Amino acid sequence: MTIKSLYGTETMPQARVSQFFAGPMKGLGAVLKRLSADPSSCFGLVVVVILVLCAILAPWIATHDPNLVDLPNALRAPDAANWFGTDELGRDIFSRIVYGTRITLSIIALVSIVVGPVGLLVGTTAGYFGGWCDTVMMRITDIFLSFPGLILSLAFVAALGAGLENAIIAIALTSWPPIARLARAETLTFRSADYISASRMQGASSLRIIVKSIMPMCLPSVLVRITLSMATVILTAAGLGFLGLGAQPPLPEWGAMIATGRRYMLDSWWLVAFPGAAILLVSLAFNLLGDGLRDALDPKQR
Amino acid sequence: MTHERLYAGARQAATILVTLFGLLVLTFCIGRLMPVDPVRAIIGEEADPATYNMVAERLGMDRPIYEQFLRYLGDILTGNFGVSIRTGQSVISDIAHVMPATIELATFAIICGAGLGIPLGILAAVRRNTVIDHVIRVVTLLGHSMPIFWIGMIGLIVFYAALGLVGGGGRMSDYNIGLVPETTGFLLIDAAMAGDWEVFRDALNHLVLPASILGYSSMAYITRMTRSFMLDQLNQEYVVTARVKGLSNSRTVWHHAFANIRVQLVTIVALAYGSLLEGAVLIETVFSWPGFGQYMTNNMLVGDMNAVMTCVLLVGIIFIFLNLLSDVLYKIFDPRTR
Repeated sequence: MTIKSLYGTETMPQARVSQFFAGPMKGLGAVLKRLSADPSSCFGLVVVVILVLCAILAPWIATHDPNLVDLPNALRAPDAANWFGTDELGRDIFSRIVYGTRITLSIIALVSIVVGPVGLLVGTTAGYFGGWCDTVMMRITDIFLSFPGLILSLAFVAALGAGLENAIIAIALTSWPPIARLARAETLTFRSADYISASRMQGASSLRIIVKSIMPMCLPSVLVRITLSMATVILTAAGLGFLGLGAQPPLPEWGAMIATGRRYMLDSWWLVAFPGAAILLVSLAFNLLGDGLRDALDPKQR
Repeated sequence: MTHERLYAGARQAATILVTLFGLLVLTFCIGRLMPVDPVRAIIGEEADPATYNMVAERLGMDRPIYEQFLRYLGDILTGNFGVSIRTGQSVISDIAHVMPATIELATFAIICGAGLGIPLGILAAVRRNTVIDHVIRVVTLLGHSMPIFWIGMIGLIVFYAALGLVGGGGRMSDYNIGLVPETTGFLLIDAAMAGDWEVFRDALNHLVLPASILGYSSMAYITRMTRSFMLDQLNQEYVVTARVKGLSNSRTVWHHAFANIRVQLVTIVALAYGSLLEGAVLIETVFSWPGFGQYMTNNMLVGDMNAVMTCVLLVGIIFIFLNLLSDVLYKIFDPRTR
């Protein structure tokens, strides 16, 4: 029996494909079990689940129309009718926060969809090929890393123009370098592993090796890193909204809500207190969840 | 040996030059991408095409893009950062004017942050997995997760509006503005030099809230790093040896373990000091603090190209410099890296 028929083209790709999806996911049950054993990551998980539910079920959870202007009821303190009070146009703050979860969640989702693959691709390519390719790519990464995230995002938004879409693009542009760095470091550790050499000897192309053999190995740590960076992404998005460069006012984005509430805050504290508490809660949840995931996936780290 | 070190030094210098060049490319791209037409910003919407072309020619906007970049490069190398369209003054003198306010704020913040963060981090490491460790972990996690502009507002609502303990926005009360001659730009130093302790107290009163909130956010980072450095050391064999020798716990921690993390701590504090710029952008907006952060955001909002490009460039240079500093410190103080 030749090696080719043992690890032939029929069986191997399938195994790899299922490994690609199942490898990190097969352990999901075990990971969830570990997470639920730790109270703080459990809290993080619950908050994230609530966030998702709020976004999906917003019309049923919200008590009012988030955009309904009701001037006679403007700036009302929290009471039974308006749980978190009303803003300067009489809109219900609780309902606006509930609808705001949709914006927060879409920012998170879009940023991860862009940042994960880009970071993985840059990092694994640089790590696998080494040499000039590595040097050039890591130099570019370093230039991006030499800025604090918020300031670089600010600069990009200033260049692209204010708005939610541009804020998302700017945040994505600034969030991929740490992931590329991580993926590169991971790639370097098993670039010369036997199974890579084996698939190279079988004649697999570089692209095939990177996508099918290296990327799946990097996936768990990249997922943890993305979860941890979600907290920063939320804070940056809220900061951009607050400065007037992110989501624009009629949208119930939490940072923008705080920015408009700022003028009334000394008399009507609830305009800024509740949206800010929502931001704090969600970013805290992602931090806790990320810490828990790291412990669950890689017990060596602690 | 000396050859090797020379080579390593040259390599590092080359790396920095390449990074600086990349930074310039980045700021140039940001400047060119900006939706504001720099010619229109100077002459206004109503000017006729002849004037437009004349100004465009004088600005070099009609040249091909690589020529514009070379011109930008030359300008930067000769120290010509252009004129701010918003204020009509040279960007560099504008920045020199606003920088002391930010440095004053950041310095107080880092004193709070490092002064609290390092002892807390060591305490958490020494009392690992006890209630103290968990409490410190929650405090630092909150510091990591809070939106700093929101905490600033809550601070204003509670300590300024409700309790009246601190001053509100700005660097001093309105009635004190202009009383002290501006010599250094650092209000506290200026007031002390003029001997006007009334203004000094007022300035301190305005400084304490934004600085402690900024300090809290850097404390969170410093505590976390100190804890992990300290844990690394406490797991080493020499610590066990020291304990076996019969040294007291405090002597083991302070004379042995702490001595070994000092360099790491200095670099962490230096990086945290730089990162305060990021928090300063938001906190200065909340407290109407006339510093670098507010200057930058105001210019971004109106699309003042020269000012934005220079601010971004400056932040990048500060961070490259801080990274270099931490590398050099490591090499000087840690013989193993030589």
